[in-house]
Amino acid sequence: MTTADVLIAALGAVALGSGLLVVTTRHVVRAGLWLVVTLGAIAGLYLVLTAELVAWVQVLLYVGAVVVLLLFAVMLTRAPIGASDDLDRPRWPGTLVGAGAGLGLATLFLIGYRWMKVGLPDPGTAERLGGDLFHTWVLPFELVSVLLLAALVGAIVLSRPDIGGRR
Amino acid sequence: MHPALPFLIAALLFGIGVYGVLVRRNAVLLLMAVELMLNAVNLVFVTADSTVKAAVPRSGQVFALFVIVLAAAEIGVGLAIILQLYRLRRSVAVDEVPLSDSSESEKSPVS
Repeated sequence: MTTADVLIAALGAVALGSGLLVVTTRHVVRAGLWLVVTLGAIAGLYLVLTAELVAWVQVLLYVGAVVVLLLFAVMLTRAPIGASDDLDRPRWPGTLVGAGAGLGLATLFLIGYRWMKVGLPDPGTAERLGGDLFHTWVLPFELVSVLLLAALVGAIVLSRPDIGGRR
Repeated sequence: MHPALPFLIAALLFGIGVYGVLVRRNAVLLLMAVELMLNAVNLVFVTADSTVKAAVPRSGQVFALFVIVLAAAEIGVGLAIILQLYRLRRSVAVDEVPLSDSSESEKSPVS
């Protein structure tokens, strides 16, 4: 066990525990706050796995923007502040399918990778990743920008009933 | 380092996300569970990128960046849909949404 292994195991335990709390807590707002812990732990995992830029983008976009949007959604839909008992459907089908998917994928990964050991590559700093992004991946990058524009227009049309789909 | 460790974490996180999507009734909590699944996929991308020798270096990290951007767009549109649902029905419980439009007796949305 190296330092990286220990760090990955610890951060992974934090991510899994808080992720479990996200899907089981009975407070809507607390689910959002536990999501922050999960996403932060995953950003730490990216850092250990030498993906520096991805880690900081994760902190900026997920922990910063996405969680704020989700909390906005919680407030705008007037979610109950205290604990509420009607947040879940019957649990056993979800437990069955979720555990099946998780353990099945875990088994596949274990069969594929066993307990082999690899060295970590050079860190993916902004300079290196930016070079790749604008040399090899320019076309997908531009496509993503068009898609963001489409999502923006779609969100505006959806949220304005006077220009949206009139029956 | 052992690549099996982060892969295991990602697989279990994906399972947690699947459980959340299937069990939660509140549409906002559903979106949070979807975020968990997307993060598990991103973790697989980044781990594979830094442990497998690839033909194009760092392509996994670039794809993780793309997935993060797509998740941001998805949250924007999803939030708009949820707010419209709330405006129409005063509730965001996903199992109360009628699946057919035929028996439409609702009044038109108030602006």
